[in-house]
Amino acid sequence: MGSLAHIGPAMIAAFLGSLVEAVEALTIVLAVATVRGWRPAGLGALGGLVLLALIVVLLGPLLNLAPLHLLQFAIGVLLLLFGMRWLRKAILRAAGIIPLRDEAHAFARETAELNEQARQEARLDWLAALTSFKAVLLEGLEVAFIVIAVSAAGGLLIPASVGALAACLLVAGVGLVVHRPLARIPENTLKFAVGVMLSAFGMFWTGEGLGLAWPGADLAIVAFAVLFLALGLAAAAMLRRPSTEEALP
Amino acid sequence: MNSLKAVLREVAGLFVEDGALALEIIAVVVLAGVLARLLPDNPAVAGGILVIGCLGVLGANVARAARR
Repeated sequence: MGSLAHIGPAMIAAFLGSLVEAVEALTIVLAVATVRGWRPAGLGALGGLVLLALIVVLLGPLLNLAPLHLLQFAIGVLLLLFGMRWLRKAILRAAGIIPLRDEAHAFARETAELNEQARQEARLDWLAALTSFKAVLLEGLEVAFIVIAVSAAGGLLIPASVGALAACLLVAGVGLVVHRPLARIPENTLKFAVGVMLSAFGMFWTGEGLGLAWPGADLAIVAFAVLFLALGLAAAAMLRRPSTEEALP
Repeated sequence: MNSLKAVLREVAGLFVEDGALALEIIAVVVLAGVLARLLPDNPAVAGGILVIGCLGVLGANVARAARR
């Protein structure tokens, strides 16, 4: 089990990252439910969850077979790629260079696409279920990756899983109550924060995998997060363009 | 088959969206790895390259994207 400098960021990163992914999946599942009903939406979502669970159960134990340094290095590099991709996009969105993601817009677009498909063919429940299935599977894979990546190399699977599960249950619960996409969630701020955390974890594990001993040990993660955050905020401020109102999915 | 390809493409997209950023990150990691092997008594060099390199790559990438 890791130190507080590890457990806290791992749990928060898993929670916030999963929150973003769950919101995106919910938008599509709600669109399917609105157009084709809850049966195909629910069955598709359930199918996605079952396949996701199978992937995690089958592939998870393989991680224990890999040598620790190799696991740290592989996960570190993947986290750098994944986290810096999120951070790059969040910086560009914060600066107004690319449009912010808008869940209401994404919901409207998905609904229009499903309506158009329904007009062309009467029995498209399977296609609606497939849309729901794909959304849950793909967003779920991101959640699974975040949980495994922030936890596997440091033995923090339980706190990271708790964080991710709490986020998914929270979004599903709110979604069931309000029956609308969660457009008020500050998605870009969350992605910014998660991008910072995952990049910091990625740098830490990549270095550990290369055999480097970071000064301050686990506390180096906090220092890396501060560096990525400072760079991200400075870049967003320097590159900011006047028009940041337009929003696209 | 097409669905499977689409899913695999999306899974790959989790890690690589901007090819240049991904390649630059890999280049920094490789350089840090080489330096860690060549200078085992000076781990600060490899560590410094990894930290400064990743931050520099990200800063340069977003600056390029802003100019496009």
